[in-house]
Amino acid sequence: MSAAPGKFHVTRRQVLIAGVGAAGSLVVGLPALADEEDGERMLGFFIEINPDGSVVIGCKDPEIGQGLRTAVPMLVAEELDVPWDKVRIEQMPLGIVKTADGYAWKYGGGQGVGGSTGLLYNWELMRQVGADARRQLIRAAARRLGVDESQCDTRRGAVVCPSQNTEIPYSELVVEAAALPAPEEPAPRKAMDDYRIIGTRRQTIDAHDIVTGKAMYGIDTVQPDMRYAVIARAPVLNARVKSFDDTKARAIDGVLDVFSIDGPEPGEPYVILASGVAVVATSTWAAMQGRAALDIEWEQSPSASDSSERFWRENEEMLKGDGQVVLDDGDYDAAMAAASKTITRQYRVPFVSHAPLEPQNCYAYVKADECHIIAPTQMPSGASRAAHAVTGIPRENIRIDMTRVGGGFGRRLTNDYVAEAAMISKRTGWPIKLQWTREDDMKNDFYRPGGLHEMHAGIDADGSITAWAQRLASGSKYYRRPDMPDENLYQAELYVDDFPRRIVDNVRMEYFHNRIGLPRGSWRAPAHTANAFVIQSFIDEIAHETGQDPLRLRLDLLGEPRELEYSGHGGPTFNPGRLARLLRFVAERIGYGNRLPKGRGIGLATHFTFGGYAAHAMEVSVADGKLTIERIVAAIDCGYAVHPNGVDAQLQGGTIDGLSTALGLEITVKDGRVQQSNFDDYPLARIAMVPSLFETHILNFDDVPTGVGEIGIPSAAPALTNAIFAATGQRIRSLPVLKQLA
Amino acid sequence: MVSFSINSENVSFDGDPGTPLLWVIRDHLKLRGTKFGCGIGQCGACTVHVDGAAQRSCLVPVASIDGRSVTTIEGLAPSENALHPVQRAWLEHDVPQCGYCQAGQIMAAVDFLKRHPKPSDADIDNGITNICRCGTYVRIRKAIHRAAELTAGEKS
Repeated sequence: MSAAPGKFHVTRRQVLIAGVGAAGSLVVGLPALADEEDGERMLGFFIEINPDGSVVIGCKDPEIGQGLRTAVPMLVAEELDVPWDKVRIEQMPLGIVKTADGYAWKYGGGQGVGGSTGLLYNWELMRQVGADARRQLIRAAARRLGVDESQCDTRRGAVVCPSQNTEIPYSELVVEAAALPAPEEPAPRKAMDDYRIIGTRRQTIDAHDIVTGKAMYGIDTVQPDMRYAVIARAPVLNARVKSFDDTKARAIDGVLDVFSIDGPEPGEPYVILASGVAVVATSTWAAMQGRAALDIEWEQSPSASDSSERFWRENEEMLKGDGQVVLDDGDYDAAMAAASKTITRQYRVPFVSHAPLEPQNCYAYVKADECHIIAPTQMPSGASRAAHAVTGIPRENIRIDMTRVGGGFGRRLTNDYVAEAAMISKRTGWPIKLQWTREDDMKNDFYRPGGLHEMHAGIDADGSITAWAQRLASGSKYYRRPDMPDENLYQAELYVDDFPRRIVDNVRMEYFHNRIGLPRGSWRAPAHTANAFVIQSFIDEIAHETGQDPLRLRLDLLGEPRELEYSGHGGPTFNPGRLARLLRFVAERIGYGNRLPKGRGIGLATHFTFGGYAAHAMEVSVADGKLTIERIVAAIDCGYAVHPNGVDAQLQGGTIDGLSTALGLEITVKDGRVQQSNFDDYPLARIAMVPSLFETHILNFDDVPTGVGEIGIPSAAPALTNAIFAATGQRIRSLPVLKQLA
Repeated sequence: MVSFSINSENVSFDGDPGTPLLWVIRDHLKLRGTKFGCGIGQCGACTVHVDGAAQRSCLVPVASIDGRSVTTIEGLAPSENALHPVQRAWLEHDVPQCGYCQAGQIMAAVDFLKRHPKPSDADIDNGITNICRCGTYVRIRKAIHRAAELTAGEKS
């Protein structure tokens, strides 16, 4: 099956002329922006009502496992008032329109998923799309019946008019409804109390396709005359191809072409990470065999002497000096001088890889003046820019189709593999599918930055925290951004408004940027995974050092519900009382405070991430160096939970990702080479790690949803390490955990 | 020339006999429910049944399949309208997230349940080793227990 253009890959004019007339379908959306092409009001194209009453809803954003393809139709179906079992979902392509000064979104909003924003950005838009469509259908029915529209209502896919004792299915009204003028005012939306789909338990809409093997991902793309490509990548970071001998590679049956592709200067902004040698063949296996037969000489890389050992040693040295002060609330020095007790600790958070289970891949067909891309991507606009950068083809002539994505985790915010595929297709003139292997992915990632954190606290005689400092030496993920001044590099690594700012009066944050050739990028919840581990571990240590209960100390600090200013992503405010509520809840559920046998302990942690709130309580046992996670209680406050099955899944999955990563994962470099290559030396957790006693709880707070994809991960690791401390007295200050317990 | 049956259909392959079964299934037979994840038998996304037993097809040279019978996820359900008990259990517990590993998980679970018709949690811990990067393990465990019930119910 291919990602051929779907029903939604049409212009509005085409729909009005061909779609409605021929197929009897209605396409409605929000007036969003002026369509320069057609010179008329532009509507997004989200809803199709078929003659059989089935409703196809377009999803403009990609599905990466976060559940958007189920949540978005819930929003539409609720307001449109159609039965859930009549609803289908279709992936829309990238929609951009050229404007006088650049490009604008075609479908009434940005496209792409990252930062746990997918649902939030669809929440207003797609409910309104449903409500507007419903009103148009009511108007069409009222006109046909010769009554005022106030006499009509809807019921599960039909307009009902009690005064006429009549019920007309939507499918019979679509042509008339589509001919009506576009709505000038947004239609009123339902009251939350009337919801019958939003907020209810719905099965993943694609579940049947997935369990029968029908769900298609980027890797499954097949197009006419398509060839298969792989790239030989440098074993040393940032090394460039010097020369290569392809005699043996070309002798492999099925190999069609071999050539080098250019990469960026090391350290410069990139569209692809590094140069390499591409092999194009008649099958994936032939391409891989051809690659294995290549003889390549690489240039000496500036990263050739890079090593993790040096990086971590340098971080330690840096922290002995003065860094860039990026936050200085109150009078930190005076508060520390006046403190009756000061505590200092260092925590180490390693580099880790995204390792989505579907290795990177991309279909590209570059012709003289147009280009077609089919890709598993989180950012289709980035894919469009990447393809433009390497082909020179205007973006309006580049078609980007999105597939279902076999895991995102932030890796597919970067479209380097799209650029590579476009380069190969441009060079050969063939439609090609580029395939990365697992080793390509493990060794050529945009890793979560590693960092060494030094924490300081000043405590007064009552045990209150009067001064707080976080000093971080790390390799900022912003290191290769164009036009990024050095003094802003910290912004990707220290979120200055995080707890305990505005709770503790005197807070200082200091940053030291260290250099290493290892590429860095956004790894699920980016810096929150590091900072939550550090902050929630340090709070625990402060509690123990000062003879306070770790739960009590946290609750005292978090306090009652109140809105604190939060300028970072997820703001504009942060309500620490919502964390306190979750923390109290998970502590009670797990039986915090009960006496436990020797070798058992309970740990707690909580964190605010991108607008959402989560808390974890974990019970572990440690015997003879063997760690068992006995029980997990996790709770999330994502405002209003639209798709509870999806929220549970993200909370479970985020927790497991946090634990898997904290327990066993680290990327290291020696002699400029990434030392890990596959799942044998990068051991993602398997089912045995996960206890059968694992509860998730959703505590709604208000009527506005936040995203959930990243909320469940940051507090998982510190809850685990705090539990290990409670069980054994051993404080884990360096991740990953397992090699320290053995 | 290698000949074998896949989902009860006879097929043959005349390319490199060292080609892993996975790539024959995906590129040549165009059955794409079986996924590539690691290529070294670690993740299990490519799990299929060979003569009824689960195999990680990325490690199986197609030459070794000559004359044998292969079942992929596309051939697991007895019919379009009747799913295998493991698939039904997977739906009941709404297991998938991104879904990429799930075909392999299901094929592994089907084979596992033949050997452990009434598995304990420890049996699952020891016998199910496929990787799910999304972390659907909580629901996979429940679905395996449920599939055991469904299968027992059908036999009684």
